[in-house]
Amino acid sequence: MKQFLVFVRKEFLHIWRDSRTLFILIWMPIVQIILYGFALTNEVKNSKIAILDESKDEATTVIINQIDASRYFQVVAYLHTFKEIGATFRQGKVRMVVVFPQGFRDDLLHTHHAQIQLIADASDPNMANTLTNYASSIINDYQETLDRDVKMPYQINTQVRMLYNPELKGAYNFVPGVMALVLMLVCAMMTSMAIVREKEMGTMEVILVSPLKPFRIIIAKTIPYLMVSMLNIASILLLSVYALDVPIAGNLTLLIGESILFTVTSLSIGILISNSVKTQQAAMFTSMMSLFLPTLLFSGFLFPVENMPIALQIISNIVPAKWYYIIVKQIMIKGLGFQYVWKETLVLIGMTAALLAISIRNFKIRLE
Amino acid sequence: MQEQKVITAHQLTKVFGNFTAVDHITFEVDRGEIFGFLGANGAGKTTAMRMLCGLLLPTSGTASVAGFDVYRQNEMIKRNIGYMSQKFSLYEDLTVRENIRFYAGIYGLSDVQIKQKTGSLLAQLHIEDQEKTLVRDLPLGWKQKLAFSIAIVHDPAIVFLDEPTGGVDPVARKEFWGMIYETSAKGITIFVTTHYMDEAEYCNRVSIMVDGKIEALDTPAKLMKTYDANSMDGVFLKLARKATRAGE
Repeated sequence: MKQFLVFVRKEFLHIWRDSRTLFILIWMPIVQIILYGFALTNEVKNSKIAILDESKDEATTVIINQIDASRYFQVVAYLHTFKEIGATFRQGKVRMVVVFPQGFRDDLLHTHHAQIQLIADASDPNMANTLTNYASSIINDYQETLDRDVKMPYQINTQVRMLYNPELKGAYNFVPGVMALVLMLVCAMMTSMAIVREKEMGTMEVILVSPLKPFRIIIAKTIPYLMVSMLNIASILLLSVYALDVPIAGNLTLLIGESILFTVTSLSIGILISNSVKTQQAAMFTSMMSLFLPTLLFSGFLFPVENMPIALQIISNIVPAKWYYIIVKQIMIKGLGFQYVWKETLVLIGMTAALLAISIRNFKIRLE
Repeated sequence: MQEQKVITAHQLTKVFGNFTAVDHITFEVDRGEIFGFLGANGAGKTTAMRMLCGLLLPTSGTASVAGFDVYRQNEMIKRNIGYMSQKFSLYEDLTVRENIRFYAGIYGLSDVQIKQKTGSLLAQLHIEDQEKTLVRDLPLGWKQKLAFSIAIVHDPAIVFLDEPTGGVDPVARKEFWGMIYETSAKGITIFVTTHYMDEAEYCNRVSIMVDGKIEALDTPAKLMKTYDANSMDGVFLKLARKATRAGE
C-alpha cells in the first residue's frame, strides 16, 4: 500500500510542476464558465436595427417605441427611402430593417389589416431568425392590445424577407468561419511547429552555420504551408459551391486575394510563436490557446460579437480572424466589392506588417 | 595567398550579463591540424566554438576563421566551414540520399556536383545499398559517420565537431577517428570539442578550458610530461581541480 501511495504522490508532483497542465486542469473550467456564463451568448441583445417609417402615425410610433425599448433591439438609424435599405445592409450597419408602409394606421382602422415588413441580414441565419421572431412577437403584443371587441379582429401581417440567404442555410455562416479557422490552424500552428521542430532536433544549429540566410530559412519553412493553405481554400470553396450550395456571390479573385493576405497574417503569427517556444508541444499549446480558441470564440463565427460585453468586443478586434471573417462574408455571401471591405483589409495588412517585422527581427540568428 | 593559420583568436571574450563564459582566450590553429578543444561541461567550450562558427558575436577580442573576421565577415566564414552538432544534425525522417542532397544543396553545390558527391560519399562509407533508408533506421555508428561526411561535403577549410562521439561505443569511436585522420590528411583542419579525454590523445594539439580560460595548450605528449600524468585524463583532473563552476 505504501508503495502505491508513494507513486500517487509522485504523480501529484508531476502535475504540480507542469504549469501547462495545471493551467488546463484548474483555470480552464473557471474561465470557460465565466466566458460562457456571462460573455458569450447566442442570446440576442441590443442588436442594431433600422426603421423605415413611411407612415409616421401614432400606431407606428407606438410599435417603434416598443421595439426600441426592448433589450433585444437598438434602433440606430431612421431611414427615409426604400433605396437606403440596400446601402445600410451593405455597410453592415444593421442586422434588420423594420419597414412600415404608408398609411399604416389608416389601413388598420379601416380594413383591420396592415402589413409590416421585416428585412433581415441572413448571412447569419440563426441571428436573422431570432431577430425576426422577437420583432414579430413584439408586433403581436401590440396587436393584442388593440380593441378586442370588434367582429373582425385586427391583423398585422409581418412579412419577413431574409436577405442574402433566403433559404437560411447554416452553411452561409459557417463556411466563412471554417475558412478562417482552417487557415489559422494550418498556417500558424503547423508553421510554428515546423520551425520549432528544427530547434528540437538540433539541426537548427547546423542550418544557421550554413550560408543560407535566416530570413530565407523562415520563408522556406512557410512556403509548403502557404501552398497547402491554397489547396485548403480551393477545396473548401469547391465543396461549398457544389456540395453545400453556397454560391460565391462576389468576386472570386478578390476572395482569393484576401485569403492569401490572411494566410500571410497567420504565417507571421506562426513565426512569432516559434521564436518564443522551445518544443513542438509548447508550440502546439500556445497556438491553441492564443489562436484557435480566440478565433473560435471571438471571430463572430459562433457567437455574434455585438452581443458580447464591451470589454470582449474590444478584445475581438485583436483577433485577426474576426476581420477576415467579415471580409469573407461580405464578399462571398453578400457579393460585395472591394469598396466595402477596404477598411478590414487595411487592418489585416497593418497587423501582418507589424507581425512580420517583429518576428523576423526576433528570429534568433545568434543562438543566444 | 592562403593563410597558414586557419583559426586565430586573441583575447576572445563573451560575457552574458555578469557571467563571463569565455574569458580572454588566445590561441591559433594550423592548417591540417587536428585541434582538440577540451574542458568540462560549463567551461565555455561550446560558447567559444559558437563564436568561431559565427553563431554568436563576441563581446570583445578578435578572431578570424579561414582568414575571415568573425565580426564583419560572418557569411564568408559560414561558407568555408563545416559543422557537426552534438545530435549529429541529420533528419531522421529523411533518407540518407535526401539528407545528402539537402546539405549539399544549402552549401551551394550544383546539381552535377551533388550527384557526384552523393555517389562518392556513399561509396566511401560503403552504404550504397542504404541510400533509400530513413536515417532513423541506421545504427548509431553509421549515423555518426554519415553526419561527418555530410559536414565536409562542400570541402570546407575547417570542420567543427561538437562532441561528435557522444553515446557511441568505443569500437565505433575508433573507426570514426580513423575517418577524421583521413580527412585531416587531405588538408582539412579539424576542430573538435570533446569531454572524452582518451580522444584527446588522438589530436595533434589540445587546449583545456577551465572556467572560461585556456589553462593549457600543447601536444598531448608534452602536456602529460608537464603535468606529470600518464594519460590525458590525469592531466585534466589536475587542471579541473581548480575549476569553480560546472554545468553549461
